[in-house]
Amino acid sequence: MKENKKEKTPAVAPDPAALIEVQHLTKSYGQLKVLDDISEKITEGEKIAVIGPSGSGKSTFLRCLNVLEDPSDGHVFFEGNDLCDLKVDINLQRRRMGMVFQQFNLFNNMNVIKNIMLAPVHVQKQDLRKTRTKNFFTRIKNLFRKKDKREPLINYGKTLKQIKIEARENALRLLERIGLADKADAYPSTLSGGQRQRIAIVRALAMNPKVMLFDEPTSALDPEMVGEVLELIKELARGGMTMVIVTHEMGFAREVATRVMFMDGGKIVEQGPPDQVFESPDNPRLKDFLSKVL
Amino acid sequence: MWQIFWKQFYTEGAYKNILLGLRNTLVIAICGLIIGIAIGTIVACVQVAGRRNKVAKVFSVAGDVYTGIFRGTPIVVQLLVFHFIIFASVDIDGLTEAILVFGLNSGAYVAEIMRGGILSVDAGQLEAGRTLGLSYPAAMLKIVFPQAVKNVIPTLGNELIALTKDTSVAGFVGTIDLTVAFRAISSATYEFIVPYIMLAVVYLAIIIIFTVIIRLAERRLRRNERK
Repeated sequence: MKENKKEKTPAVAPDPAALIEVQHLTKSYGQLKVLDDISEKITEGEKIAVIGPSGSGKSTFLRCLNVLEDPSDGHVFFEGNDLCDLKVDINLQRRRMGMVFQQFNLFNNMNVIKNIMLAPVHVQKQDLRKTRTKNFFTRIKNLFRKKDKREPLINYGKTLKQIKIEARENALRLLERIGLADKADAYPSTLSGGQRQRIAIVRALAMNPKVMLFDEPTSALDPEMVGEVLELIKELARGGMTMVIVTHEMGFAREVATRVMFMDGGKIVEQGPPDQVFESPDNPRLKDFLSKVL
Repeated sequence: MWQIFWKQFYTEGAYKNILLGLRNTLVIAICGLIIGIAIGTIVACVQVAGRRNKVAKVFSVAGDVYTGIFRGTPIVVQLLVFHFIIFASVDIDGLTEAILVFGLNSGAYVAEIMRGGILSVDAGQLEAGRTLGLSYPAAMLKIVFPQAVKNVIPTLGNELIALTKDTSVAGFVGTIDLTVAFRAISSATYEFIVPYIMLAVVYLAIIIIFTVIIRLAERRLRRNERK
């Protein structure tokens, strides 16, 4: 049956200036085409707001950017690495792409500080173990080499204990920044939605990501708590973080974004600077959408 | 009739047999459950992984066959098959054999329980772990699995209770368990009422103790959720 399988679009060499480049991204569930041949470039420092009616493929587009959703066709490049290529270690790339979900998705079985520390400690521990294994083999190989040809051992520079202490300090610093240091030992189920979402954001920040992906970060919140979360995202934006935000908060999109994308029917129908998109929209579908939500 | 029972129980030394039976019943139930949890967890993990990995898929089919066979046949039949066919030419004592069969049997049930537990954890938890750069096995192990275990404790307790009562058929392969020990008294004295009521009371007591222990364990695991 292999002949029947549609050939995938071959990848073109990515633009080195783009942080994320999407080429002919298509995603379909059976007959339903959710994303239809999207090609887009995102450069460093851009803040992109993705707006559009429900079912237009906004969230799917975002989830394809870190291949949480496997694209049916097309390619996603992050810093020149093709994320759809099985040879690329996706876990290594995802470390530098933070993601924040509508439903927060804090780990329920861990308290706040462990939530934040888990990933930094885990990945560094993994690296440490890898260097140790490598050193072990170099040592064995060195036994059979002449003195002047011996390979030097790699020094990871940190012990497991140091990794943990550092991660803890960093986590506390991040919690301090959002004013929740006193909640470090609390469990997620005891926190309010706004607190949970802010912790989810700093959890992603703990990995020092190059880009942050927000999937409707305020849609599951009480109106009261939307403000505190948006404020934190704005602060990040001012700090120069590259971000892609799927949102229904038009005022926020207008204020923060450097570029607004309007999606409909799996395509990016119109995009441009926020003033242009909100003030003088060309596309009739966008006009209709804006008249309903503004 | 109490005198008859007491005479057989104490003076004739049947209580030794009953203590042995009690020990065997507990050993079979607890060791069986431990084996069952070990097998069940592995089978469940393979089945969950089988949804996305082709190699695991092959093993997951094998797991389906295993659960199908052991859930689809009565435990007595399994005991007889193992005793008279599989272990027919092997010198193995009845207790080990019973532990093995009950372990395999409960493994099939625990596999389904564990699978349900893993699936009951919100998919977002795994996604959040993956987006932070954890591999699939690491995210499963550190995030999904601990939550699944917590969800599964009440059902596992139920399995322990069911298993304990099922051990009453272990006598089919020559193991002395509680039922066999009490039956020995009644057949020696032709007195049925007291031994069998006592037997029921002993089983009831065991189950009540297990229930309390499970409750305590459950509460302990849930404690950290609200603090």
